[in-house]
Amino acid sequence: MLRYALQRISGVIPTLFVIITASFFIIRLAPGGPFDEEQTLPPEIKANLEAAYGLDQPLLVQYGRYMRGLLVGDFGPSFKFKDFSVTELIAQGLPISLTIGLAAVLLAMLVGIPLGALAALRRNTASDYGIMGFAVLGIALPGFVIGPLFALIFGLYLGVLPVAGYESGQPQYLVLPIVTLALPVIAYIARLTRGSLLEVLRSNFVRTARAKGLSPMRVLFRHALRPALLPVVSYLGPATAFVVTGSLVVESVFGLPGTGRYLVQGAINRDYTLVMGMIVVYGAITLLCNLIADLLYGWLDPRVRYE
Amino acid sequence: MAGSIRGCGMNSVASTAVATPRVAERGLWSDAWRRLRRNRAAMVALIWILLVAVLAVVGPYFSPHPFDELDWDHMGVPPQMEAAHWLGTDRLGRDLFVRTMYGVRISLQIGLLATFVSLLIGVVWGATAGYVGGRIDHWMMRFVDVLYALPYIFIVIILSTLFERGNIFVLFFAIGAVGWLTMARIVRGQALSLKRREFIEAALASGVSTPAILARHIVPNLIGPVIIYVTLTIPQMILFESFLSFLGLGVQEPLASLGSLINEGAQEMESAVWMLLVPATFLVTLLMSFNFLGDGLRDALDPRDA
Repeated sequence: MLRYALQRISGVIPTLFVIITASFFIIRLAPGGPFDEEQTLPPEIKANLEAAYGLDQPLLVQYGRYMRGLLVGDFGPSFKFKDFSVTELIAQGLPISLTIGLAAVLLAMLVGIPLGALAALRRNTASDYGIMGFAVLGIALPGFVIGPLFALIFGLYLGVLPVAGYESGQPQYLVLPIVTLALPVIAYIARLTRGSLLEVLRSNFVRTARAKGLSPMRVLFRHALRPALLPVVSYLGPATAFVVTGSLVVESVFGLPGTGRYLVQGAINRDYTLVMGMIVVYGAITLLCNLIADLLYGWLDPRVRYE
Repeated sequence: MAGSIRGCGMNSVASTAVATPRVAERGLWSDAWRRLRRNRAAMVALIWILLVAVLAVVGPYFSPHPFDELDWDHMGVPPQMEAAHWLGTDRLGRDLFVRTMYGVRISLQIGLLATFVSLLIGVVWGATAGYVGGRIDHWMMRFVDVLYALPYIFIVIILSTLFERGNIFVLFFAIGAVGWLTMARIVRGQALSLKRREFIEAALASGVSTPAILARHIVPNLIGPVIIYVTLTIPQMILFESFLSFLGLGVQEPLASLGSLINEGAQEMESAVWMLLVPATFLVTLLMSFNFLGDGLRDALDPRDA
């Protein structure tokens, strides 16, 4: 297990390095710069501005400087949010984004796995059809539809939760965003769990366990559940990517001051350093979650370690 | 006997070997269609998709309102028959039915074209990796893994900084360019198992080149799983376009897409609920229909699970 873990961990850094390098050069290839929109700028001032931010240097020098900054956690200054460094902007928004992201993944597992297991155990009954119908709906309903609908129903019509906005220390502002973000993941996990549990329940070792006279609960928890959860664990990697993407929408729908808006605004404003900073941070988070999912998989299924 | 089987211009060893799956294939398709017709959800979905597609193409011609007309006398009115605003208007008095139909058109176009781009890249990439194998396979799939680990949105945002915003064709390309990863994986898996079959061995033995084997023997045998995945890719692409337009990175004003309409509707939902519900209903029913159709096709083409 240790060798496998080290092997996986050592793969993360080069991957992140490749992602950062590729993004850096591709973004700089783009026509137009961060100071193009302010059309009143005389050329001398623009040149001075670019010199102040180091944009007049050769690209390789800029790259070297950027990478050196990254090593000490300096993402450079933001071009559009003057007076702020990218590090400050991200540090402000990240706690909220991380909170709703982690809570959504946890909620999805806590709700999705039992739902899927229930559907598998009660195959072809009303509860199975009900859960699977809900799953189809949950997967088909995009966050930017379900989010406003939730805000409409729970915020406006029922008035039990705030429609949008955020005040620190007030968790009720995060309930709707988290549920919106988690819903498709719950649906997907429920479907995965149902499918794989049905397959495991048909297998020989489960029949043997039953034949030995074990109680259905013991068969489920002791024998069937662990192999049945493997597809769910390998889905956790894509799930984080999904949640990261979804958080852009959810933060926009519910007006949360997270980091999601920086990615979109940064791209629109050609705020190079801000987009790069977001790619570095979100890329690292996604790779980390993929790594955790891989290690969890290796722990649950010893076969993959010896491949 | 081998000569009667269509289109195998190789020597008799190769064509005899290919003949077996080809003949079975014809039976597979009519069987599949029969099974699909019996699947009520898939058929309802198919009919709904065709209906909405036809409505999106011809519907706007029946309405007296162009998609960018500002009707000063009917701003933000709910659905009504009198002024022919069948699904109401938005804040600026633009007809919601016509705009939604335009949105459906764009969604369907982007869905189909982006799927086509991803199909092309995915099949070529996956078939090559799976068939050639070895170190090339390793690096090609490693590349897919790295892209897979990143959220789609990054790649599209990076690509969108490269081009002018709101150019729909760039959007097709960008969306398709990130959607081929799963396709490549599926195709590779199939190619790996096809590679060991006798008819490939026969083609190799008779000296057919690698590109010819790929084009002639590997790719045609991938059609089943690829079709299933294509039907499931179209709704993903539609969803993704709406998502970008919702964030303001996609289709730009005055053109409308279902995503941008939903964004406008969400801002007005307190006073004009229909502005949210109309485009949302079309988007959601389309997405669900494609998913039902894809599931139906899977059951029809791959009856092992049933």
